Amino acid sequence: MSEYVNITIDGHDIKAKKGERVLWAALDNDIYIPHLCGIRQEERPNAGCRLCFVEVEGASRPVTSCTKNVEEGMVITTRSERVDRLVKTAFELILSDHNLKCRECPANRSCVLQDIAKKRKIKLRHDRFKSIVREFEIDDSPAEFAFDRSRCVLCGQCIWADREEAKVGAIGFTKRGINRVVTTFKDLPLAESICTQCLLCVEACPVGALYYKKNESDDSNKNSEKNS
Amino acid sequence: MSNFTPAEIYKELLEEAISQGEARKEKTRVLVGTATCGVAAGALKIKEDFLREIESKNLSDDVDVFEVGCIGHCYAEPLAIIAKPGHPAICYGRLDDGLVHRLVEDFLVADDPSYEYAMAALERNDVFPTFEDFPRGIYEKKLILEQCGFIDARDVNSYLAREGYSGLAKALVEKPEWVLEEIKAANLRGRGGAGFPAGLKWEACIKSKGDAIYVICNADEGDPGAFMDRSILESDPHLVIEGMILCAYTVGAQKGYLYIRAEYPRAVTHVQEALEQARMKGLLGNSILGTDFNFDLEIFQGSGAFVCGEATALVNSMEGKMGMPESRPPRLAQKGYRGKPTVLNNVKTFAYVPLIIRNGADWFKETGTPESPGTAVFSLVGKVVNTGLVEVPMGTTLRQLIYDVGDGLPNDREFKAVQIGGPSGGCLPESALDVPIDFDSLQDAGAIMGSGGLVVMDEDDCMVSVARYFLEFTQHESCGKCTFCRLGTKHMLDILTDITKGKGDGDSLALLEELAEDVRDGSLCNLGRTAPNPVLTTLKYFRDEYIAHIEEGRCPALACRDLILYYIEPPKCSKLCNVCVGSCPTEAIFTRDDGLKEIDQEKCVKCDNCLKACPGEYNAVVKISPPVLPPEKVRVAK
Repeated sequence: MSEYVNITIDGHDIKAKKGERVLWAALDNDIYIPHLCGIRQEERPNAGCRLCFVEVEGASRPVTSCTKNVEEGMVITTRSERVDRLVKTAFELILSDHNLKCRECPANRSCVLQDIAKKRKIKLRHDRFKSIVREFEIDDSPAEFAFDRSRCVLCGQCIWADREEAKVGAIGFTKRGINRVVTTFKDLPLAESICTQCLLCVEACPVGALYYKKNESDDSNKNSEKNS
Repeated sequence: MSNFTPAEIYKELLEEAISQGEARKEKTRVLVGTATCGVAAGALKIKEDFLREIESKNLSDDVDVFEVGCIGHCYAEPLAIIAKPGHPAICYGRLDDGLVHRLVEDFLVADDPSYEYAMAALERNDVFPTFEDFPRGIYEKKLILEQCGFIDARDVNSYLAREGYSGLAKALVEKPEWVLEEIKAANLRGRGGAGFPAGLKWEACIKSKGDAIYVICNADEGDPGAFMDRSILESDPHLVIEGMILCAYTVGAQKGYLYIRAEYPRAVTHVQEALEQARMKGLLGNSILGTDFNFDLEIFQGSGAFVCGEATALVNSMEGKMGMPESRPPRLAQKGYRGKPTVLNNVKTFAYVPLIIRNGADWFKETGTPESPGTAVFSLVGKVVNTGLVEVPMGTTLRQLIYDVGDGLPNDREFKAVQIGGPSGGCLPESALDVPIDFDSLQDAGAIMGSGGLVVMDEDDCMVSVARYFLEFTQHESCGKCTFCRLGTKHMLDILTDITKGKGDGDSLALLEELAEDVRDGSLCNLGRTAPNPVLTTLKYFRDEYIAHIEEGRCPALACRDLILYYIEPPKCSKLCNVCVGSCPTEAIFTRDDGLKEIDQEKCVKCDNCLKACPGEYNAVVKISPPVLPPEKVRVAK
């Protein structure tokens, strides 16, 4: 048995590694699919952001490409009316709970949300859904970075970095439903938790929720490095 | 292995149980229904009353008082069955201490069964009708509820004496494949709501590679108004346990769990006792009925999250993780509890298994429809005369269920809708009442069988409020993992709340409908995917009510507080009566110069007290929607 399977994405013939998921097979071949929470190494995908919908021939409804394994002969389309509608709604729902003061945000122009908006031509504003952004106290206890939860999209990238790369386990999801947050044990400020301030979570954050403090000169350099 | 065959060992158990039962029958027995529903209605006090009265008449040696489960007639709780030798066993409802006193004196002492207080007899006789003679009894067909409320749930002999565990004894001399074929032939579909064939689920599990297989019973019943699973576990726990053992034998599992929500303490206690007794009898644990088949069961108590009824969330919760759903596949049959193949079925699904094995697949298929054989169990609640736990053949229409089994709506109210399947289900109107109850027909109508909650609503129920109520529930129970459910249900709830407050606008309905469809199509798990059902069905069948709220600021059911006001109609009001004034908690009602009463709208909190207090001969208090005072009132105010 071959280690590769042949699939088609948007008309391109692609050889993908067996067991690979559609999202990564597409991205490896420069075919864009929006996504926030996908982590390639994760054994069981989180599948929470609901942005990576694609059409798979034979499936009755759009499927999330982060959960779909490639199969020989699979025919995938990344855009369709149904896909675009779901992605637009999911994206606008995320925006409705996201602090949209982009100009004040350190991730401005490097933010994944801005990137998705541009590529899928969705307006970056509270339009169809009213804003339900809540006020959070910014946790600026660490020396070099801070955490503004009003910008957090709950993608879980920081938690993966903290647990699987840094092997620390200082942060995780708590609470349920609309109150779900990324936080430390007992909601302690990061500096008082077991956080080692290794900065891997800051590097992992696709938006401006975890960000380098800008008043120190080398920090702003780091920010621009991240942005480039 | 033992030197005796399972049949021989079982025969001994059966004979012992029967002789115990016969000995009991020589005495008078009082069976008090003490499932949670009965206890809530005061059954434990009724039991004490019986014991005290019996003691005072020096009958303690002749009369035994037992606790039994729920016979399903919730409207008549608390109730008790009296079985006195020489008389048919008779059920008495709506008991209080006076009635208990009377029954003990007249029936237990003086031998007069006091038929004027009886509900029904339990066995055919020449004197008094049985439950089967009432319309409800004609339409009902009890399979898994048959023993509920009639046997002592806390005594394994009570179950054994009625052929309990005979299915297990029969199966253990056959190959596991035989059991599987029987369940597949019966086309037993999962009673958790989705209706997936249990046999196929079991087979998928057998075919999965894995060094261990688990069997789990989903008793995380959480729909508002649903209590079928609780009643079965409280009233007949061994039926479910036997079903699980049979499943374990079929799939080759050695370990199983009952996932029972912690809010069901009586169910937990009864199941715990049942497990211990089954082990003592050699029906559970090592070397079951003398064979080399080992299987044991344990209870896992859920901590109150509705979403943990979802298969992957349930497994996560058992593994000590946050109770949140995962994307599927892999399915539980491939990778479930601790990564091993797992069978997860609902309480009711397991409860059918012993009956199918005992009586055969063909017997099971005699009831119900070809596609959905067997019965459906519903907790029938809301605006219906005979609330309770009912079991009817699949294919019964909703009209029969509500008007014949439930005896229609109380106080001649007009039927408006029936909500089926809880927060995941839908609201169906009058025009859908002839839909037969089975998995596929209900789905086509926009509702789902769900786990069996059935709420009847009348003209006083506002369908926008009902949709809002269920959305509030699902939004509150959303785990927050995926975008559509976490944020989508929140926005849907906000829109619905605005509409019930008269703040909806022309775009509200379109946005609500679009969003509902996207949440249905885009959510990660079935909680999110089905959450929009109450909204989508009410929009489909009761759209005019939404429009009245939005365009006229009017609630047709006069239920949305922000859209009504209370008004005393001067021509109907009597100068001689002061009842409403006294009933008002905010002193909003005053006496005018002409002696009639009037409500100060500024002070009124719309508590409904005055409307209820106003004597029937006047009925002067009315609700008005939209909340605008009638012209003559405006004139008077000037």
